[in-house]
Amino acid sequence: MSSIGTGYDLSVTTFSPDGRVFQIEYAAKAVDNSGTVIGIKCKDGIVLGVEKLIASKMMLPGSNRRIHSVHRHSGMAVAGLAADGRQIVARTKSEATNYDSVYGEPIPVKELAERVASYVHLCTLYWWLRFSEIDSHYHFKLYFFVFFTSITYCWQFHRPFGCGVILGGYDRDGPQLYMVEPSGVSYRYFGAAIGKGRQAAKTEIEKLKLTDMTCRQGVIEVAKIIYGVHDEAKDKDFELEMSWVCDESNRQHQKVPDELLEEAKAAAKAALEEMDAD
Amino acid sequence: MDQKMDFNAPHSMGTTIIGVTYNGGVVLGADSRTSTGVYVANRASDKITQLTDNVYVCRSGSAADSQVVSDYVRYFLHQHTIQLGQPATVKVAANLVRLLSYNNKNFLETGLIVGGWDKYEGGQIYGVPLGGTIVQQPFAIGEMEDEILKNHCSIEHCFPGSGSSYLYGFFDQAWKEGMTKDEAEDLVKKAVSLAIARDGASGGVVRTVIINSEGVTRNFYPGDQLPLWHEELEPQNSLLDILGAPEPMNI
Repeated sequence: MSSIGTGYDLSVTTFSPDGRVFQIEYAAKAVDNSGTVIGIKCKDGIVLGVEKLIASKMMLPGSNRRIHSVHRHSGMAVAGLAADGRQIVARTKSEATNYDSVYGEPIPVKELAERVASYVHLCTLYWWLRFSEIDSHYHFKLYFFVFFTSITYCWQFHRPFGCGVILGGYDRDGPQLYMVEPSGVSYRYFGAAIGKGRQAAKTEIEKLKLTDMTCRQGVIEVAKIIYGVHDEAKDKDFELEMSWVCDESNRQHQKVPDELLEEAKAAAKAALEEMDAD
Repeated sequence: MDQKMDFNAPHSMGTTIIGVTYNGGVVLGADSRTSTGVYVANRASDKITQLTDNVYVCRSGSAADSQVVSDYVRYFLHQHTIQLGQPATVKVAANLVRLLSYNNKNFLETGLIVGGWDKYEGGQIYGVPLGGTIVQQPFAIGEMEDEILKNHCSIEHCFPGSGSSYLYGFFDQAWKEGMTKDEAEDLVKKAVSLAIARDGASGGVVRTVIINSEGVTRNFYPGDQLPLWHEELEPQNSLLDILGAPEPMNI
């Protein structure tokens, strides 16, 4: 276990003597405990995949979705505390539609990622915050004639978000993949992974030749990686959830079609057996 | 046709502004007369104003309203460009104009034509007439009453395009897709000068702005260089100049 910041880790508004904010690091640990989430950028689009650990056999397959469409052209996969993730997704959707209604064009993915990151970061700054203040701090522009409808007056004690998101979209500048961490940093990636199996997943992703790969091939590869990093001993059952945004899906974010998903699962299982046979 | 018009009073028209797309960009054109009733307040005004490096807007209607809308949009676009890290698209500029026009339709009276070039869609023209519609067109024309004195104003006079029906007919015949830059500019120049010949409240010089991937070119055509149309008189020197000063009488 890494060091425990005795006394300096009680609040997100406190630095430790060696310059760390422990609350944010603890939030990152919450993300590390969740099922693996992977995103890759292929030459014609983005593929997102989630290892959705199933808590109980009574749960309906296909429920508790971890991948959400935030706009026609982009989707977001969430790792970490599910309720926190819901909040971020809701905010992202609202940012995207607000941009569209003001500027008349779909929000560029880069801009969307910056807004998500800015929002996540904002919620790491204050000890308490009213929701109305979030909007005035958040946007430096004055929308003279456009009003935010999301203002509620309530007192909140804030902790940082305990979830990281991978945002993938396809706009006029091509396919782009961004990852936003609980600290509020956001980077653009060719391939990204968060959650339990992220180290192994990153190693596998680095082996792939992403610039030559189409999304169809990418779906198979992502499935293989997720099946590969799944720890059979620790977690029994998982459901594979995948989505894509590519030329084949008409640049719209949607679930991977069922037959392709089945094909990917079969290929992944076959690859696993090969590895086990060695 | 039951307008309460005094048929003996002059029916004043308005500004002439035109935006035309061609193969590779857009050409915007305008006359230069700002009138207050029948008085020409400014005979050399510039009705084509810059919003960003690559987007310009032609203003018509109330001079004050169109200027303030342009100023706000320029301000928003500047911030948007900084935020985005790259030049704003013409569509975004036109939408910002439209938002202001629509949300303040009870207070504003201005018709605008937004035109420009961006690297995604090339040259585009968007018309934003009174009321705040936004419509993308391959070419757009607008004529409007300029500054309106309250006591002379009537709603019928403010209808944009009234009396410009022949310009629509002219464009139906003369406009074609995929013109070259020079063809487009000639078309605009000809159309504005036709409108100046017939419109009481259009006059002065013809200004054009050409926007394409290489940048922006402003051109200026003074009134005496424009062709004369049907029944227009040639400019004549005064008889005083022709006959010379009379000799003083000698007693």
